[in-house]
Amino acid sequence: MITFSENKLKEAQRIINRYPQGKQKSALLPLLHLAQDEFGGWLDVPAMDYIASLLNIEPIEVYEVATFYSMYNLKPVGRHVFEVCQTGPCMLRGSDQIIDYIKQRLQINVGETTPDGMFTLKTVECLGACGYAPMMQLGKTFREHLNEEKVDQIIEECRSKAARNN
Amino acid sequence: MPKIFIDNTSYEVKAGKNVLEACLTLGFDLPYFCWHPAMGSVGACRQCAVKVYKDENDTSGKIIMSCMEGVRDGMHLSIDDKAAKAFREQVIEWLMTNHPHDCPVCDEGGSCHLQDMTVMTGHDYRRYDYKKRTYVNQYLGPFIHHEMNRCIQCYRCVRFYKDYAGGKDLNVFAAHNHVYFGREKDGTLESPFSGNLAEVCPTGVFTDKTLRQHYTRKWDLTSAPSVCQHCSVGCNTIAGERYGGLRNIVNRYNAEVNGYFLCDRGRFGYEFVNSENRITKPQVMHQAVDENALMHHLETVLTNHSLIGIGSPRASMESNFALLDLVGKENFFCGVYNEEMMLERRITDILDSGKIPVASLKQIEDADAVVILGEDIWNTAPMMALAVRQSVMKTGGREATEKTPMPEWHELAVKELQQNTKGFMVNVTVTETSLDEIASLNINAAPDDIARLGFAIANHIHPSLELKNFEEAVLAKAKTIADELLKCSNPVIITGTSCYNDPVLRAAFDIAAALKAAGKAPAIAFVVPECNSMGLAMMRGHAFDTAVRRVNREPNVTAVILEQDLYRNLPAGIVDEFLSKCRNIIVLDSLNNATTEKAHVLIPASTFAEGDGTLISYEGRAQRYYQVYVPDNKYIRESWKWLSRMKMIISGKANGHDPHHDSVISSLETALRQFAGISAAAPSSGFSIHGEQIPREPHRYSGRTAMLANRNVSEPKPVADGDSPLSFTMEGYQGTPPSSAIPFFWKPGWNSPQAVNKYQQEIGGDLIGGNPGVRLFVKSSGNMPEFFKDYPEHFRERQNKWLLLPQSHVFGSDELSVYSAGIAGRSPEPYMGLSPVDAKMLDVTEGSQVTIKSEKEEYSFPVKIVESLRNGIVLVSKGLPGTQGMSWGNWVELAK
Repeated sequence: MITFSENKLKEAQRIINRYPQGKQKSALLPLLHLAQDEFGGWLDVPAMDYIASLLNIEPIEVYEVATFYSMYNLKPVGRHVFEVCQTGPCMLRGSDQIIDYIKQRLQINVGETTPDGMFTLKTVECLGACGYAPMMQLGKTFREHLNEEKVDQIIEECRSKAARNN
Repeated sequence: MPKIFIDNTSYEVKAGKNVLEACLTLGFDLPYFCWHPAMGSVGACRQCAVKVYKDENDTSGKIIMSCMEGVRDGMHLSIDDKAAKAFREQVIEWLMTNHPHDCPVCDEGGSCHLQDMTVMTGHDYRRYDYKKRTYVNQYLGPFIHHEMNRCIQCYRCVRFYKDYAGGKDLNVFAAHNHVYFGREKDGTLESPFSGNLAEVCPTGVFTDKTLRQHYTRKWDLTSAPSVCQHCSVGCNTIAGERYGGLRNIVNRYNAEVNGYFLCDRGRFGYEFVNSENRITKPQVMHQAVDENALMHHLETVLTNHSLIGIGSPRASMESNFALLDLVGKENFFCGVYNEEMMLERRITDILDSGKIPVASLKQIEDADAVVILGEDIWNTAPMMALAVRQSVMKTGGREATEKTPMPEWHELAVKELQQNTKGFMVNVTVTETSLDEIASLNINAAPDDIARLGFAIANHIHPSLELKNFEEAVLAKAKTIADELLKCSNPVIITGTSCYNDPVLRAAFDIAAALKAAGKAPAIAFVVPECNSMGLAMMRGHAFDTAVRRVNREPNVTAVILEQDLYRNLPAGIVDEFLSKCRNIIVLDSLNNATTEKAHVLIPASTFAEGDGTLISYEGRAQRYYQVYVPDNKYIRESWKWLSRMKMIISGKANGHDPHHDSVISSLETALRQFAGISAAAPSSGFSIHGEQIPREPHRYSGRTAMLANRNVSEPKPVADGDSPLSFTMEGYQGTPPSSAIPFFWKPGWNSPQAVNKYQQEIGGDLIGGNPGVRLFVKSSGNMPEFFKDYPEHFRERQNKWLLLPQSHVFGSDELSVYSAGIAGRSPEPYMGLSPVDAKMLDVTEGSQVTIKSEKEEYSFPVKIVESLRNGIVLVSKGLPGTQGMSWGNWVELAK
């Protein structure tokens, strides 16, 4: 059975304690994020069951929530996840081309991960940065005013970062 | 009453309703999906759009969702408005972008709400030429078939399954265009109310899997109004037949009883009718005989012998009365011991007195507090448990919304306000039950202690007795409960015979009587074991003990045993003794069982599907079920017809005609005063509208001229039904029949079960012409003390003896429904429940085999340790194979 490390467990308890007695289920979203960070960037069934046990709710209640939000990955993802916005304004500014370019560069389709486990391509709905369209989210940062050169740059950046860390 | 204007015509509507309900009540065809009269509005599907105007001068108006808007006096709206119509059509068009065009192979076709609504809005051309999204379907168990591609995301399934019925294993996953309704993984839907998904789902995502085994379109079914045979609640059903086999059971709306829903035992238990185990030919000494030989033999065994009859709690009033009429009142017995009969007599005495009214399921739903004493209604009367759940949830909703203007139908808003607020419900049972999770207070105790708590509650509400030797803890609990009950206005007390304990029944009465004395309007409900237990109890036959004494005394007795397996309710030794002493044994039944094996003369009786009859439910409601079809087998007839024939043999008129249903019912009314009024349960056989009978077949019924061509190329003449105003044809009155004789719900444009809208006085209200059934306990005729006051002694464990009590199971404890494969598959293995302390004392662990010794019988079961069980009690699964004939309520010995 998988468990949080001691530190993460403390963090989880702190989140759970934010909510009044009997409303522990409210801690579900932050706990899922915590689990996603802790367990390799995605949520497998044992991880979700573990969260259910922490909150004393039925596993099915966790699945319901985890499958609803696109921010939770239910399949393994690469080290870097490109979440490209494809909502109206970005689309008008050429997000379709950006997506096609990434597909071609990485040789993967939307929802897939490169064989080396480095990149995952996802499309998402509006991220609230329409003024900088087309854009995508990479980890915790927005990458804006995308074009082919910028995409090349970002891919390079990710690769070199990975090389440094290995 | 508010006046509203729909397309410039004024109508008076009921205040407090939403616009959709008002329009449907007025008879307008307004499409909808997510709204359901029993579950309120959420405004999710956008289908019921209408245009609302500020006033009569406003010409532009705005589109609103009619289910989310309350009616206001002077409101101007338009259903026919061009923009509103286009909007509604567009909604269907969106839904259809993903809905498969598989109607011809879809089980829902012909009774599909989505089909009806699509036609109603006029959408007929697909402009969207991309792929449809597809899903993997799940295995959901023996009752429900899953086909997710057809889903239109109305959310009704989870709203029913989780919110309304409290199920936990059906949920909604994902978002956007890939929403998925199902379980977390393949597996049986656990809720005993899962079958309602087939009717709640507006399309073919959830369909009746048993119907699939022998599929027939709704329009091809010969159907008749029926009454469920599988517990004492008496839910109204519609049973459908084709090619001589029963095909399905669907809900028949009755606002006072089951409303829009049924439990799975009632919906899927019907297959016993088609069972291989049916008795198909008369037998004399185990040899099949024809009718002449049977009659000849009956003549010898019926004349020159003294006759006794054993009445049946699962046979109709007609059959029981025909038996009583045949053998005489003093020779009419019931197949239960005196102790059990006294319980049922206590119940009829209390109800007869008219002191406290009986609660219908509707009244239970509307109650603002519920006390359950000693009955596991989730398992013995599932639909009553569902009604209790509604009481708890609705009362919680009402309390939460009291200070807001939020209307009751606005489900989302009410839920938000309600959060965890629940109505008051106390569940006092022998062991834990599935209702515990919504109860305000759960108490597990031995039957005598349940009764004591009940008396203590009554005493707190209305001090009338001196309580001696009561523990402080019990008094404190009683005070808490009494104080809560005193805050309510129309509480319901529910109890039943499952504890085999008379004081529990008396305590329930005392609580109700005390509440009445305190100025409340209480009602009471007594759950009894079988579908006509109440009717049989009202007949006041003698107990089986007396019958045994009688045959021991008298050598020349012919016993006529009506539709029951004596070995189920009585110890085998006693039944063996009784049967061995009878000179002749005549048994009438539909299925072979241990008793029919002992019959000297065995007569095939019809089931509810092949015959007419009246059952009396727990509330004393007499309800008529009609013959659905004429079986090919001419020997299968109602017991009352066979018994009347026997009577003719005795009186030397063997060639007379079979009596009609009307004459049996009117003789019953004359002979037994307590049944006066029962004939009003249904129109008489002579009833017709404009000279026309009510057809059992829809006007679209297909294949009539050809379906029997393999036997005879000429279309056979339809059989005349002498017993009811229903005909076995497609022809007849096409309008709305009397409410107790509705063979199917259909109106032009409304093929799905939602056609029931058109049969109601108001949406979700009573049927046009009143709800079916007559309640027989309306006159106060009996005498009843003001309070019983006689509380029992504290329950004491006995040395080496245990009190044997039944654990009922929704699936398995009922005799007939287990002949349906699905129900049999969901029956648990029988077990013996012991408290942890008792198990330790006996030195047994979970799964060890332990033997129960009672009188002459021995039974052996694996042990299950039940934490919530009191010491000194042993709990055994009721009605499962190997648990028949146990002496419930008695003290037994246990041995490893």
